[in-house]
Amino acid sequence: MSSAAELTSQEYIKHHLTNLSADAQGLCSFDSSAANPCDTFWTLHLDTLGWSVFLGFVFLAIFRSVAKKATTGVPGKLQCAVELIVEFVSDSVKSTFHGSNPLIAPLALTVFVWVLLMNAMDWVPVDLIPWLISIVGGVEMSHVYMKPVPTTDPNMTFALALGVFILTIYYSIKVKGVGGFIKELTTQPFGHWSLYPVNFILEMVTLLARPLSLALRLFGNLYAGELIFLLIATIGLFQLPVHFLWAAFHLLIIPLQAFIFMMLTIVYLSLAHEDH
Amino acid sequence: MNINATLIGELIAFVVFVIFCMKFVWPPIMGAIEARQAIIADGLAASDRAAKDLELAQAKATEQLKDAKSQAASIIEAAKKREAQIVAEAAGKAETEKAKILASGHAEIETERNQAREELRQQVVVLAIAGAEKILERSIDAAVHSDILDKLVAEL
Repeated sequence: MSSAAELTSQEYIKHHLTNLSADAQGLCSFDSSAANPCDTFWTLHLDTLGWSVFLGFVFLAIFRSVAKKATTGVPGKLQCAVELIVEFVSDSVKSTFHGSNPLIAPLALTVFVWVLLMNAMDWVPVDLIPWLISIVGGVEMSHVYMKPVPTTDPNMTFALALGVFILTIYYSIKVKGVGGFIKELTTQPFGHWSLYPVNFILEMVTLLARPLSLALRLFGNLYAGELIFLLIATIGLFQLPVHFLWAAFHLLIIPLQAFIFMMLTIVYLSLAHEDH
Repeated sequence: MNINATLIGELIAFVVFVIFCMKFVWPPIMGAIEARQAIIADGLAASDRAAKDLELAQAKATEQLKDAKSQAASIIEAAKKREAQIVAEAAGKAETEKAKILASGHAEIETERNQAREELRQQVVVLAIAGAEKILERSIDAAVHSDILDKLVAEL
């Protein structure tokens, strides 16, 4: 918006899609000088980390404060809201997962609320946070790198998906044993021993496609949403009603993606518990 | 947009958040919800029981009311009977009393009349004697003429 005068649309969008990053040598620079271009693996996206951890703390602080004061009598408004979410997650878990595992429900709750909060950062106007930083820090907008929606960073979504994937493997082995897990990977869908390698390849694809699709679905939806917000931001005055419409559309996308992520987490973990 | 060490950081954050949630958030909230559900279930059961009790009590009350009504009716019936009996008894007693009083009154009247008649007779005798004395201008010996006088008295 305000930086449109200094940047072309392409530059503007590219600028907004660049994370605030740092590696061992300090902050990365993406300007023409390229003193520290951060091309190694050991680079951290400070904005993704900062916002996601902040939102995680927001989630845990609210829920913990309710948990501490939880009354079995008439609940307050905040407790009602929190219980609504907890019950919703609990019902989702109960309808899908029929074992007893003390981890799955809190995991699903964490995934749902955390992803929801991170997605909800999409509603913050794309230039608001960079603008505030430029005012407080006294730097030009074009030098402020800040992506406040952590789920538009594949590192975030892959971290979540990888966490779920590791738990899936862990519970598969814990419930079925190493032998049982290998048997599951090799003896189906084709029963004949000569086709076991084929089975294994197929099952590995299935197994690995789960975290990949889980991460990419969330990332893709939110990244695309953010990209369109940025595109809208370049069209001048008409952006206001269009922004409104796109933000209203995100009323659907943001909770839906959080819900899908939670549901698939539950489904994958309940599949890991199922013994064939 | 590339994968880098951020992923590891986020993975650590994810694990920490999940563990915190599992240890300090989920159990107390779920505990409160389940405890309240138990309380509500108890309350509903109690209200069901109370409704049943109420129904029973109402049936009992109706029964008792019916009993009381029939009892009252029978009491009234008996009272009416007793009333009639008392009235009849009183009427009988009054009748006999009246007869008695009447009889005694009659008797009194009779004696008084007899007495009065006797007195009258005596006085008539005296008057007759006095009249006769006046007529005869002489004293009649009452003793000598008493038979005549008695005759006269008897004729009166």
